[in-house]
Amino acid sequence: MKANKRTALTWSVAVGVGLAMGSSAAQAAGGTLQTMQNNAANWVMPAGNFANWRYSSLNQINTKNVHQLTPAWTFSTGVLRGHEGGPLIIGNMMYVVTPFPNIVYGLDLNHQGRIVWKYVPVQDPNVIPVMCCDTVNRGAAYAPPAEAGNADGLVILHQADNEVVALDAKNGKVVWKASNGNAKVGATGTSAPQVIGDKVMVGVSGGEFGVRGYMTAFSLKDGKQVWRAYSEGPDNQILFNPKTTTDMGKPVGANSSLKTWQGNQWKIGGGDTWGWISYDPKLNLMYYGSGNPSTWNPVQRPGDNKWSMTIFARDPNTGMAKWVYQMTPHDQWDYDGVNEMILANVKVNGKATPALVHFDRNGFAYELNRATGALLIAHKYDPVVNWATSVNMKTGRPNVVAKYAPGSRGAEVNYKGICPAALGSKDEQPAAFSPKTGMFYVPTNNVCMDYEPFKVTYTAGQPYVGATLSMFPPKGQSNLGNFIAWNPNTGKIAWSDPEAFSVWSGALATAGGVVFYGTLQGDLKAVDMKTGKELWRFKTPSGIIGNVTAYEHNGREYIAVLSGVGGWAGIGLAAGLTKGTDGLGAVGAYRALSNYTNLGGVLTVFALPKM
Amino acid sequence: MRRSVALAVFAAFTIVGGAFVIAARADTAKKPYVVINGKVNHPVFEGYLRYGENCMRCHGEDGLGSSYAPSLVDALKHLSYLQFAQTVINGKKNLGNGMELVMPAFGLNPDVVNYLSDIYAYLKARSDGAIGRGRPHQLPKKAQ
Repeated sequence: MKANKRTALTWSVAVGVGLAMGSSAAQAAGGTLQTMQNNAANWVMPAGNFANWRYSSLNQINTKNVHQLTPAWTFSTGVLRGHEGGPLIIGNMMYVVTPFPNIVYGLDLNHQGRIVWKYVPVQDPNVIPVMCCDTVNRGAAYAPPAEAGNADGLVILHQADNEVVALDAKNGKVVWKASNGNAKVGATGTSAPQVIGDKVMVGVSGGEFGVRGYMTAFSLKDGKQVWRAYSEGPDNQILFNPKTTTDMGKPVGANSSLKTWQGNQWKIGGGDTWGWISYDPKLNLMYYGSGNPSTWNPVQRPGDNKWSMTIFARDPNTGMAKWVYQMTPHDQWDYDGVNEMILANVKVNGKATPALVHFDRNGFAYELNRATGALLIAHKYDPVVNWATSVNMKTGRPNVVAKYAPGSRGAEVNYKGICPAALGSKDEQPAAFSPKTGMFYVPTNNVCMDYEPFKVTYTAGQPYVGATLSMFPPKGQSNLGNFIAWNPNTGKIAWSDPEAFSVWSGALATAGGVVFYGTLQGDLKAVDMKTGKELWRFKTPSGIIGNVTAYEHNGREYIAVLSGVGGWAGIGLAAGLTKGTDGLGAVGAYRALSNYTNLGGVLTVFALPKM
Repeated sequence: MRRSVALAVFAAFTIVGGAFVIAARADTAKKPYVVINGKVNHPVFEGYLRYGENCMRCHGEDGLGSSYAPSLVDALKHLSYLQFAQTVINGKKNLGNGMELVMPAFGLNPDVVNYLSDIYAYLKARSDGAIGRGRPHQLPKKAQ
């Protein structure tokens, strides 16, 4: 009886929130993704909503009761590799993708995750070693019947071998397949697709194999390619209009990419698009970033290497670029620009602004006007960042410190003490935004590096790196990560929780005043949104590099997360860092991640105890 | 015993081609590396660089292994140069059990095959404990 009351109460809250956000529970059962994303019971796309907030308006779990959170059920994925990404939840179904071989599960939430269907792709295992840094997959995309053009909706998988497969959401049967590139030359799939309208957007990985990056739009109906926009090359391949595509408010002009490369290097120039995609339905613009230019040896590719390391705003119907902004021209550090673009209305210099907020690998948090691409703020979100002193707000270029710029004194020189390391102040692990507090909650790395570039030869399908590096914590510090709250109005850190290892898990902000994130040791943590104070933790079976998700089922709020250590974090930190043990004595002996966690692949779902 | 080593080195020539000079020297010196007071000869240093470029992304920093690929500091305690060369050139697969292990064939990668014995020398020095973690310091040219 008590339970019934509780359920009724929760429902009324959920509906109330739905209405407040311009939707309703009834509408959310069907309709388009744009309406479905407002129903907090669901988690319909990788980042929760088009704006990439990673926010849940559910508040059953809150600061007062989160300490009672307990596992409700668990599910082994059957794969022991780095589990990035997270599940999707639509109605009574949950969809989970594993790392290679990219098994997709349709799970029944009415029966604690009973397997309704399982799709096991057949892939050539030779793709494994051409994936940089583990065989991760950052999740599937969902297309509702209204947009998919079929009765059951689609679950869309971007496989390691770069095939895109649309599955019937009800039974897991293949509806269509499409190729997104040649895995034999290192063009692979790790990123989550994003459904926008009647298309699905798919990026590509392969910067360490000299793969020239692109974003592709496929038709949801039949998987036919609608457009493809390269990151580098002639204007008709990068889908730029020299007159209307702008950079820092000015038209880019003709051949804006080609003239920043020497010879044909752009053809193997990287700029891959393996991060997250966001979308503003009002402006009808989609946003994503491009990665490092190839090779890692900057001496071999003079010029700005446009448009690697760039934020793109494109029309999803045609692919044409409205505006661009290159954060790290002529990259010398491997600071890929692929991290999530969070669309939020923030106050910049006291003025309400429709912004795009981006925490880049290079250690700067950028705020741009998402309609025009105007650069509003570029502040360091980690005080140890030293490769640049600041960003010139007129030109948009970083003020680089030559001492910390590999290649500035030629190749075959060891450039020491650069912060952040190549894995960035933050990598792909997405931050969360709370519209209630107006704050961003950001998982970060606190790692520096020595970087030594040298000459390499390009061989198709072979690593094309041309640098070696060693990593260590900043001088005088021993924590390799922080979890921070960032105030976009001031460009300052509000609070910071130090972590022994990099925080490689995507955050979740909730209306209950709680922020969740996972640690590489395997703890799922709940902290107070206001102060960062830890309220609860639970040690899952393996290190967490997945993203935390919230949903509601039968009136109960659930928190779900994948554990399974791996990714670049698992590779770089498994044995501890080279200098991580310096001066730490006995403590240093425990700095290897392998002392804390082992391979795994488990989904853990938490809830409050039933009353 | 002596003969089998010679045979192994001979076999390595046929596979590796250009790398034989250093391999032969490694045989006569018993150890494939020179380390004096913690400083290394050029092949070991070159091996460190090439390891960093081609191997580290899976096998982790300093050959210590990762969540993705095994420790080579451990593996080289029991792998011969020939076995090492065969694995690098042809690759290796160990599929199944939820953790597919696949090493690519580096036989066509000049940045690897031309430095195969250097990479081996570096890893063997790491495996024998002759050098520690991090970037090794080179001996002055005369001392090599």
